[in-house]
Amino acid sequence: MSDTPAIELHDVVKQFGATYAVDHVSLQVGDGEFFSLLGPSGCGKTTTLRMIAGFEYPSHGEVLIHGRAMAATPPHRRPVNTVFQSYALFPHMSVAQNVAFGLQMKGVPKHELGPRVQAALEMVRLDGFDQRRPREMSGGQQQRVALARALVNQPEVLLLDEPLGALDQKLRKEMQFELKRLQHRVGITFIFVTHDQEEALTMSDRIAVMNQGKVLQVGSPTEIYERPTCRFVADFIGETNFIEGQVVAHDGGYATIQSHDGLELRGVTPRPVSVGAHATLSLRPEKARLLTPDQAQSVQETFRLAVKVELVSYIGSDTRITVRLNAQRTLDVWEQNTRSTLDRNAYWQPGEDAVLVCPPENALVLVE
Amino acid sequence: MIQRKPARWLSQALRSYAILVYAFLYLPIVVLVIFSFTRDEFGVRWTGFTLDWYIRLFNNPRLMGAAVNTLIVGVASTLVATLLGTLLALALERYRFRGRGAVDGLLYLPIVMPEIVMAVALLACSALAFDLINALTGHVLRRNLVTVTIGHIAFSISFVTVVVRASLKHFDRRLEEAAADLGANSWQIFWRITFPLILPGVIGGALLAFTLSLDDFIISLFLSGPGTSLLPVEVYNRVRRAITPEINAISTLMLLLSITLVVLSQLAQRRR
Ligand SMILES: Nc1ncnc2c1ncn2[C@@H]1O[C@H](COP(=O)(O)OP(=O)(O)O)[C@@H](O)[C@H]1O
Ligand SMILES: [Mg+2]
Repeated sequence: MSDTPAIELHDVVKQFGATYAVDHVSLQVGDGEFFSLLGPSGCGKTTTLRMIAGFEYPSHGEVLIHGRAMAATPPHRRPVNTVFQSYALFPHMSVAQNVAFGLQMKGVPKHELGPRVQAALEMVRLDGFDQRRPREMSGGQQQRVALARALVNQPEVLLLDEPLGALDQKLRKEMQFELKRLQHRVGITFIFVTHDQEEALTMSDRIAVMNQGKVLQVGSPTEIYERPTCRFVADFIGETNFIEGQVVAHDGGYATIQSHDGLELRGVTPRPVSVGAHATLSLRPEKARLLTPDQAQSVQETFRLAVKVELVSYIGSDTRITVRLNAQRTLDVWEQNTRSTLDRNAYWQPGEDAVLVCPPENALVLVE
Repeated sequence: MIQRKPARWLSQALRSYAILVYAFLYLPIVVLVIFSFTRDEFGVRWTGFTLDWYIRLFNNPRLMGAAVNTLIVGVASTLVATLLGTLLALALERYRFRGRGAVDGLLYLPIVMPEIVMAVALLACSALAFDLINALTGHVLRRNLVTVTIGHIAFSISFVTVVVRASLKHFDRRLEEAAADLGANSWQIFWRITFPLILPGVIGGALLAFTLSLDDFIISLFLSGPGTSLLPVEVYNRVRRAITPEINAISTLMLLLSITLVVLSQLAQRRR
């Protein structure tokens, strides 16, 4: 369409009494983007979405849709549609009537309704269900009716508030795929709210990670996972080992920290740091390697931590190993089981001595 | 603890008890219905089957007139009370306004207040209004069907409001947001979403108001004027002279109407 962002939030605040549900949030969502708001429950995702839909008005700041300020536009005049977490299907109407509702409100002529409703139901693979009542359908089917009811209006932006939250794991996976397929096909901007990091990583073009009303980081799934800019994001997305300490040196995008128990560790700095600053080293368990002391002799990697294997969990695709560094500290390392073997010696055993190695480009030094 | 089956004698005792209670409740009604078909002209003994009393009833202009009055007052007061009561329920559930707490509390007063108090109050009020109209315009007004209807409206509103409020309590406000999201304005939201979904409650409230109006005695007695009495009052006047099977017959018909209304209201609630 154009270069104007589909959605812009300029320094948006929403206060409920003394609580800041949304705290100075600025965002830009591009046209046709699949954009996710990801964060723990209560972090302000729904409130942000509701301000875009028009159910709440910002206490401060501005919401723009395709460059148009929305301050004086009530929900029914906004070019967006919402898929509610609870679906909010009209229980007294058939599936077809539910889907036709938005078109009727827009004054679409009667003879166009039938074909357009049919097309929308086909798009979500629910053709033939038009005369059912919502309560006669399964959760997954209701979810798709809600999707058809929104998409049939061809909104400029589709807002989805944890649309897969109520579905079981298998259906969820299917619907994730289905949603991506649909978004590709209709080319509409999707703003997708979820608290499930895996879901956000799989589906999104870009993700905004939120906590306590603030947006902490915006980026592609890889950026969010590989280069979190703060400890919260590193912790919330995926799993990681944290080692706290002080920056003792930095140069060219790398920094070295010294931990309280005397370890010197080096990693990438996504943000500028200064010597003496308090910092946390984040080491993803799949990015560290565990070697026998013999193997470790010949490897040129900067981290070399002598450890003892403590716990070994075989989970099929991976083996998850907890190693002890010293009396206070354990670290997690995941090894992919790339070889198919029953040989006990191919796997780590509790009590074995090992060396944990990790090149500095695989670790991160985060400052708050 | 092990839950034991109650002893045999206990369960038998319970069953007899239940039968006695229901007999206590329904025996008089059964007797009434049976004696509306008896030939005995005092209506207290069974001397054979006849439909005479029903036929006589329909040929009795006073009773028929009272029946028609009752229906007119019932329908009119139900319509007005349902409208006002529904609006009040919406206001109480949906809006915060000054004095909302007081309005909420006062809502239940007409339900618990002795009806005689309300009747006296309405009577005094109508006398006052008539005097005022007389002083201002010189017209002399008398109590008539309109005054009774107003009285019935006055006590029905609370009942309608309570019933409609119950259905609003379960109402999912997100449905209204969903409708707004799909482009409906407030008016369209109300008529397409809110109203159809609270309709069972509104119908339930209306049927309750109608039933209350049908069998109201005290307010009807106080507020109806000469020649405009309602059925319960007319029946009372006749019974003071003598119980006749005709009275049994009309009571049976009223019972039939009430049962129909109850069934209708149950059906309305179920169709959600
Ligand atoms: N209508 C409201 N009144 C008061 N507090 C609210 C209201 N809506 C949300 N909040 C508060 O705002 C915060 C953010 O809520 P929400 O946006 O629903 O979070 P999320 O969708 O991320 O779980 C929470 O602390 C919540 O309690
Ligand atoms: Mg939410």
